Amino acid sequence: MNNNILLYIGRFIILVFVQVFILNHVNFLGYLNPYIYIIFILLAPITIHKSLFLFLSFVLGLTIDIFGDSGGIHAAACLVIAYLRPIVLRSVFGLSYEFQTMKLNNARFGERLAYVILLVFTHHIVLFSLEIFNLSHILLIGKKTLFTSLFSIVVVMLILVLFRRKDS
Amino acid sequence: MQQIINFLIRNKNFLLFLFLLLLSLLFTIQSHSYHKSKFISSTNFLTGGIYGWRYSISDYFGLKEKNRRLIEENEKLRNQLSLFSKETTPVIYIDTISFNRPFTFIKGNVYRNDYSKADNYILINKGEKDSIKPDMGVITDKGIIGIVENTSKNYSRVISILNSNSRINAGLKKSNQYGSLMWNGKDPNIVQLETIPRQAVLKKGDTIITNGRSTIFPKGIGIGTILNYELDKNQSYYLIDVKLFNDMTDIGFVYAIKSNEAIEVKKLENSKINE
Repeated sequence: MNNNILLYIGRFIILVFVQVFILNHVNFLGYLNPYIYIIFILLAPITIHKSLFLFLSFVLGLTIDIFGDSGGIHAAACLVIAYLRPIVLRSVFGLSYEFQTMKLNNARFGERLAYVILLVFTHHIVLFSLEIFNLSHILLIGKKTLFTSLFSIVVVMLILVLFRRKDS
Repeated sequence: MQQIINFLIRNKNFLLFLFLLLLSLLFTIQSHSYHKSKFISSTNFLTGGIYGWRYSISDYFGLKEKNRRLIEENEKLRNQLSLFSKETTPVIYIDTISFNRPFTFIKGNVYRNDYSKADNYILINKGEKDSIKPDMGVITDKGIIGIVENTSKNYSRVISILNSNSRINAGLKKSNQYGSLMWNGKDPNIVQLETIPRQAVLKKGDTIITNGRSTIFPKGIGIGTILNYELDKNQSYYLIDVKLFNDMTDIGFVYAIKSNEAIEVKKLENSKINE
């Protein structure tokens, strides 16, 4: 158990650093940056205490915000997906989630992909709506959300495959 | 009472969610209004220090380019110096350095630079310790960058011209018409100049400079050249796309401009309002 907590703290710090120092400067095609730090939220244990989870997600987003001077947009987006995660888990994994027997590592590829797509997309919609914060630029919001989501989903899936834990 | 407490306990996650969401929305809204986003800022000791540490590593990779720019600037300055030494002091503002006002320049390095977001900020490694204050202009050797928005002891945050809240007075080099410079969030090398009256005579490639109407920038600092222009819907003002002299994706080093007359001018303006 102790080991796991250390693992999560380490993951938190590493993800924030990688996001802030490397991925925020990718600017693929001029403006696309993948947001992979939400892997922390994706991979949080299913049995985690809900209030703690909400709070941790908020802190994660706020850390990214402080580094990027972006107000509270990442905090809000993280909070929304942290709150929606149980619902997404239930709709994607169904029974095995209800009985808390599932592990993300063992899930089928299709299910895992659906789970990542749903959460990343939700996160990006909230993020870009708040970043641009102007309904008259709704096309720009849609464009940014779509392309960045695609980019993020690819990178997140790659990372999940590469850093898969063998033991379970 | 019991029921209320039960309700609170039952919905504690939802309430926590709501509370934190409101908090983050508050930060977001603050960050969208100019001069208010003080709380969530990378000028603090921790993030500033970490960015400084990163800068000290990545600094080495750009030395060649930086050297080249410094030599170019030196050449320009030397040419101007030779003009002045003949004591034929020209009144024409040839470019960024020939001002008629007492301004002090403070050098700084860019620790962090965004250009892909809708509201971009730049973090520089000079702060209150080096007498940087909010509302000071920031330029490079080529042209303007933005205005200092928030300072801490060692760092300050600059609101980039690539920010939807940024409004900077700018005008044509060859005439005195002026408008305000803003950014539509699309291309980091092109900004928009609005409210230039239609009487102005424009040509593609004309130079846009700061016009010295505020104490933030001295007159005559380069901004960019006209890429193209059109009249707005009411046919009374031009909307102009300006190609920046600066490459906003690669700034390098900057100068903050301290206006030595700012206090005096502000005092005068305030006294006018009070009467």
